[in-house]
Amino acid sequence: MMLSVKGVRKSFGETDVLRGIDLNVEEGDVVAILGPSGSGKTTFLRCLNFLERADAGELIFDGEHYDLHSATKKEISAIRRRTAFVFQNYNLFQNKTVLQNVTLGLTSGRGMNKAAAEKIAREALEKVGMLAKADAYPIALSGGQQQRVAIARGMATQPEIIYFDEPTSALDPELIGEVLAVMRQLASEGMTMLVVTHEMEFARNVSNQIIFMEGGHVIEAGPTAEFFSHPKEERSRSFIRSILNKESL
Amino acid sequence: MNERLWNILVDSFPKLLEYGIKVTVPLTILSFLLSLIISVIVAMIQYADIKGLRQICRFYIWLIRGTPLLVQLYIVFYGLPSVGITLPAYTAAVLVFGFNEGAYMAETMRGSLESVSVGQLEAGYCVGLNYLQVMGHVVLPQAFRTAFPALSNSLISMLKGTSMAATITVMEMFRQAQVINGRVYESLGLYGEVALIYLAFCTLLTWLQHKGEKKLASYGGASS
Repeated sequence: MMLSVKGVRKSFGETDVLRGIDLNVEEGDVVAILGPSGSGKTTFLRCLNFLERADAGELIFDGEHYDLHSATKKEISAIRRRTAFVFQNYNLFQNKTVLQNVTLGLTSGRGMNKAAAEKIAREALEKVGMLAKADAYPIALSGGQQQRVAIARGMATQPEIIYFDEPTSALDPELIGEVLAVMRQLASEGMTMLVVTHEMEFARNVSNQIIFMEGGHVIEAGPTAEFFSHPKEERSRSFIRSILNKESL
Repeated sequence: MNERLWNILVDSFPKLLEYGIKVTVPLTILSFLLSLIISVIVAMIQYADIKGLRQICRFYIWLIRGTPLLVQLYIVFYGLPSVGITLPAYTAAVLVFGFNEGAYMAETMRGSLESVSVGQLEAGYCVGLNYLQVMGHVVLPQAFRTAFPALSNSLISMLKGTSMAATITVMEMFRQAQVINGRVYESLGLYGEVALIYLAFCTLLTWLQHKGEKKLASYGGASS
């Protein structure tokens, strides 16, 4: 097991957002986390990279145990160096060019020399089809282009897993395809991915595991094919039905 | 204009300009650098919410903004010697101007830091940077850009404010005008002349500000 998470709990004030979430990810898995808005998916993902501090929970990464509530700065930094995070709003560094966005984590974050970092960055940008814009600033790019650069920025650090937090939710409909295509390619190359998404087609065709969450609980978890063809829970069935109805409209 | 006044103005001009360039400008630059350093430190302490130090910063801003600059100059130069702290006039002026404008600029910087989206910080952490690295590479450069017009304002206001150093015996441009006037009694002419030189200096700074803003716009060429 590459990544194993147990008993993640988190509340904001009086509101319990996560009420004990478990998750297992094997190397090469593409896990789609589905669920209605407010189900805690994003908070869960953010807890895994310590962008939110969970109230309780354990993270086992390649056999190493981390406490999601009380991990030290050093442990957090170690985890973050082995993972990448793609945000809904891209969060490209506004004052850096596309190329600098990708190299910063390699040079300042990992002490790599500039030439080596730029070589890796150019390869990553080539892969997402953004090499031509290497010297542009984020403000000059479309949302889809910014998100592809953000994915290249994550890939360049050679993470063992990439977390995606609704990577296409902020995009115009006609720009969603180009980002999903990049993600699909990553998946086919064996990258381990944990994807919070509303894209049912992507979940159905690219992921191999589904986690369905609602109200801070995991309602159902299992292989993708099974989840869509034979959902066990009534709540999963109604969710799939409502989504499919929406898509056929 | 009579010939005597004209000759006085022409004769005094090089002298005034010389003191402007040799004293007023360096005094402004030194004080501004000091206030810039103070403002960044004070703003970052508040931004990072460092307990204890944060209260000290709020106290400093409250104290400085709540008392007149002229009174601060008098306390430091004429008052402190009675408790054994005697500073040269020039040093006292740099310290007072730096700490005074630093309080205002700290608030400018704090607002600018807070205007940078939290997502920039989070993205920095996620690519493996630590707090100081994210601040240095990402957050502070963006905050400086936002703060630039207000900081330019502070610089211009400081340049004019250095004339107050005349009151604590610093021989700068305005003090020089006072000295000349003491001999020739042409207040309107001489102080008008010195005002025009300040105006020229400030015009130059305003022009530089516009150049700077153009350069920073849309981050074309302003990498950090």
